[in-house]
Amino acid sequence: MPHVVTDNCQHCRFTDCVSHCPVECFHADAERLYINPDVCIDCGACIDQCPVHAIYDVIDMPDDKAVWIKINAERSVQLPVIRAQQSPLATAEARRAELGF
Amino acid sequence: MQVGDFQIAIVGSGPSGFFAADALLRSELPITIDLYERLPTPYGLVRSGVAPDHQKLKQSIQVFERIVRNPKLNFLGNVEVGVDVSVNDLRKAYHAIIFACGAQQDRRMGIPGEDLRGSHTATEFVGWYNGHPDFRDRIFDLKQECVAIIGQGNVAADVCRLLTRPVDELRTSDIAEHALDALAESRIREIHIIGRRGPAQAKFTTKELRELTALTGVVATVDGGQLELSEACEAELSSHLSATAQKNVEVFRAAAANLPTNAEKRIHFRFFASPVAVIGDSAVQAIRLGHNRLSGEPFAQTAQSNGIEEDLPCGLIFRSIGYKGTAIPQLPFDEHQGVVPNQLGRVVADDGPVSGLYVTGWIKRGANGIIGTNRADSLQTVESVFQDLGTLTTRPADGRSSVMKIINERGKRIVGIDDWFGIDAAEIQRGIEKGKPREKFTRVEDMLTVLG
Repeated sequence: MPHVVTDNCQHCRFTDCVSHCPVECFHADAERLYINPDVCIDCGACIDQCPVHAIYDVIDMPDDKAVWIKINAERSVQLPVIRAQQSPLATAEARRAELGF
Repeated sequence: MQVGDFQIAIVGSGPSGFFAADALLRSELPITIDLYERLPTPYGLVRSGVAPDHQKLKQSIQVFERIVRNPKLNFLGNVEVGVDVSVNDLRKAYHAIIFACGAQQDRRMGIPGEDLRGSHTATEFVGWYNGHPDFRDRIFDLKQECVAIIGQGNVAADVCRLLTRPVDELRTSDIAEHALDALAESRIREIHIIGRRGPAQAKFTTKELRELTALTGVVATVDGGQLELSEACEAELSSHLSATAQKNVEVFRAAAANLPTNAEKRIHFRFFASPVAVIGDSAVQAIRLGHNRLSGEPFAQTAQSNGIEEDLPCGLIFRSIGYKGTAIPQLPFDEHQGVVPNQLGRVVADDGPVSGLYVTGWIKRGANGIIGTNRADSLQTVESVFQDLGTLTTRPADGRSSVMKIINERGKRIVGIDDWFGIDAAEIQRGIEKGKPREKFTRVEDMLTVLG
């Protein structure tokens, strides 16, 4: 099953996941990241790296996040690959606190 | 090779070596990288560790194939650093050397009978079914019905899966032919996977654990009593750091409801048990397990014997309780940890940092993590190399010409990248008629014969 970045990435964009991806399957816009499901090899190395638990293996994904499967597939291929970790968004720490992590 | 280039050697062509090469190549530096590998074949544990029924993980090889085609990188296969050429020879030739040679030794249980016939390391078995030349001629007595696997990590899961998965499901994988033939004759029916601590501390990733509970014709069971968790274990599970453990415990709870009736094969997860002795005269007949209780604070709980022992009859044992690196002459080594002592990847001897020597991957941090973990690790090491660049390049380094002379004098056939692509193409060709992605060559001499 593919891996998917969900809503918690929004306003955070910590990007710790990126440096753990062996196949460079993360793509980014100014707000958040997306996984290209055709490139992801389902190793799961990214999941535990996300400080706000935004990344799921589809098999573990709550139903209310299922919408993100399509969004990741569509948006990722329109956006450049992100290869290296970047600074989080300015709102990241506030968002992390809000999410309770 | 350009005179004036930054000359760097990487020792080991597994994931951590390739990710280090990639990070170096992405800089704008004038650079020449020589990638040394003791086998004629690159890609390390992605080729010889990742299980043949996990072909998707092996797709990371496509990334390595792109890196290895970079003209600034030279693959030098069939050259063993520390044997064919010394570390000091390399130090004279290069500005910097990054060791990415992994953790090649299994940790021992340290118990009587450990070396009886039928008691093996997981590494031997994994290398054997993956066609690694070092393990080509190992023999495993698959006529036995009952197996004990010591350890509850993903390597233990791989061993268990390959022993239980219907062999027809492996026929179109890249499993070595000799292993497929042997597994087709296997009579194994019962597998016990034994961990010294509890279900909340098992090291499996959930994906690998779930696979064990979903194999065709196999039932996975757990004694429900072993899933009654202490307060300290519950405290661990309630932390947001324990997402994997929470999911694992859910999988174990579901397995506890399974009835083992009618299953062709059974997997039993056993917790709170440590191997005390391997029992047998000339070959393994049983493993003696000491029962444990956990003591200590959450996340620091250790297994303590409660004095009770039992003998679990079994004819085969595989241990998978951790790995350690192998010392290379002229390179500092911490025997106890099984790693090269380092700070952020810079090799450190008793009297301080050793200029020009670096490590990454399992030889740096110990045997943990998965393929992608090594990318982050190698990025860190290469960052240290870049910071040291001014010092490293104050002396001249000629690169590989002097090293080639030493290797050639030893009569060693260096396997270059085009040679490897020749071996690769021949393996793929051999696989076609069997419907396999490749049929690996499992002997170094066979690989070299392809090259003529």
